[in-house]
Amino acid sequence: MSTVPDSQLSTPAPSKFRLAFQEFLDGSGGTVLYFVVIVLCLMGGWEGAKWLGQETDYRLELGSVKISLNITRDLNMPHLKDIAEALSKPSQRQGPPLIEILVEKASYTLRLAIIGFTIGTIIGLALAILFAHSRLLERGLMPYVVASQTVPILALAPMVIIWSENLFGSREIGMPMITAYLAFFPVTIYTLRGLSDVPPTALELMKSYAATRREILWKLRFPNAVPYIFTALKITAPASVVGTIIAELPTGIQDGLGGAIINFAQYYVSGPSRLWATNFVTAMAGILFFVTVAVTEWLVVRWKRPSNRLDRWIDTFLKNLGRVVPLLRD
Amino acid sequence: MTAVQDTKVIISIKNLNKEYVSSDGKVVRALQNINLDIHEGEFVSLIGPSGCGKSTLLRLIADLIPPTNGQLTINGHSAHEARENREYGFVFQSATLYDWRTVLKNVQLPLEVMRYSRKERDKRAHEMLKLVELSDFADHYPWQLSGGMQQRVSIARALAFEPNLLLMDEPFGALDEMTRERLNNELLEIWGKIPSMTVIFVTHNISEAVYLSSRVVVMSPRPGRISQVVNIDLPRPRGPETLDSDQYFHLISQVRHLLREVHD
Repeated sequence: MSTVPDSQLSTPAPSKFRLAFQEFLDGSGGTVLYFVVIVLCLMGGWEGAKWLGQETDYRLELGSVKISLNITRDLNMPHLKDIAEALSKPSQRQGPPLIEILVEKASYTLRLAIIGFTIGTIIGLALAILFAHSRLLERGLMPYVVASQTVPILALAPMVIIWSENLFGSREIGMPMITAYLAFFPVTIYTLRGLSDVPPTALELMKSYAATRREILWKLRFPNAVPYIFTALKITAPASVVGTIIAELPTGIQDGLGGAIINFAQYYVSGPSRLWATNFVTAMAGILFFVTVAVTEWLVVRWKRPSNRLDRWIDTFLKNLGRVVPLLRD
Repeated sequence: MTAVQDTKVIISIKNLNKEYVSSDGKVVRALQNINLDIHEGEFVSLIGPSGCGKSTLLRLIADLIPPTNGQLTINGHSAHEARENREYGFVFQSATLYDWRTVLKNVQLPLEVMRYSRKERDKRAHEMLKLVELSDFADHYPWQLSGGMQQRVSIARALAFEPNLLLMDEPFGALDEMTRERLNNELLEIWGKIPSMTVIFVTHNISEAVYLSSRVVVMSPRPGRISQVVNIDLPRPRGPETLDSDQYFHLISQVRHLLREVHD
């Protein structure tokens, strides 16, 4: 270190590491901390409730009020330790640990979810662009688009699977169709909003250049809609996982999470932890998909002031990452 | 050089009327019997209280809205043709930059629409940014710029395809006084560099109108019409000494009195 007398420096310059750490804590670090604290609280609440049930023999008496705590029995709420154990142990004799099986099934379901999500997004975008260009089509078709979402997907799924088997000789082809059916709607609604929610002067500017409709679409309306589209995609990404699981149920295919959920639900009494473990992995798959979309949004929508918590979080997180791996945003 | 009548007429307006139907079904006379000739190289301000139709008149010239009846020609043909031929640049009160484009890309927007080559787009956009002294901000996004800088980008964008007519709708209305003064001088400098450029400038700021213009068109509301045209024969180039001159103060009070009459 240099030998500058302390008196000449009012405050010693903080080290690079300290600065980086401070920024980490202000941004993504703070959020991580927050997240960890909440998870710990939820875990504490779960185990605390179980402890209370055990201590009171599942009947809590407060004066004359009797509250049943049966819900906290091991069958209803397995110990977190047991759920973790179920993940690490084989579910069948001689088999690999449950977590390995579940990850494999999750990747199967995610793959189909991504296909359905992609098809749904393309259909959603196409409909929105069509509607934005023709009031007549919008007025004529929009009611059906809305009505399509009032049909319970659970009732529709078996029919689509049967059609798919009869038409293509494969039940699997029908599954992304069901997911797409669920995913296109928010994309249409949000994109349409983004295409038309253009400041009047921005439109007049294009008019002053005598721009064509196509130029107005691709240079103004569509870029304007991009943040709206990502809002829709952040809704449809986790919903696609759920949609795919629902689509799996009537097929009887055992390769995905849907099969695992049915299977472990049937044997719930003999091993509740396994269903809980499956639910945990399913949630993780949905979150993974969501985060992927959120990061993509951050990479694409670079022109915006980082406004919401998630944006800022990804912003600082990737900046920190960028210090280690200097290939992201300078 | 105030021999305005010797130069070519760029904009000719005869008996122009604009009516529209308000949301409660009433017919509103936005502009009544407008007659005005604007010559090449002039700097004309339209001034008046809100509701006098000054912005409406500018939008009619730009063919952003259609007139009800009357005659309006630009460079000898209709306003619609002038727009199709890209004969004017328009500057709005809000800078109206596209958020998703960098400063440079915003300036290139009209050039893209008008199918300039990539090389030409780059060359012109850089030139324009130099003109408004924002070369260092070429790669910034609009939100990273102050209001005054955004408006300078919007002026650069309007001039990028070298129109000989610049239409400005209260371009500095949302800026603070210091920034406004600076941009007024910058605008005069740019206008001075391109002798054939005609500027029509809508404002509700009297001193700004007098300082910039060769003519100030005073308008009155309900129905919107031209009440008087004041020639501003302050010497050019104008600068800080103009702001201190008696003639400048005299012209300001003249316009102010006209506006007061109009308001009552």
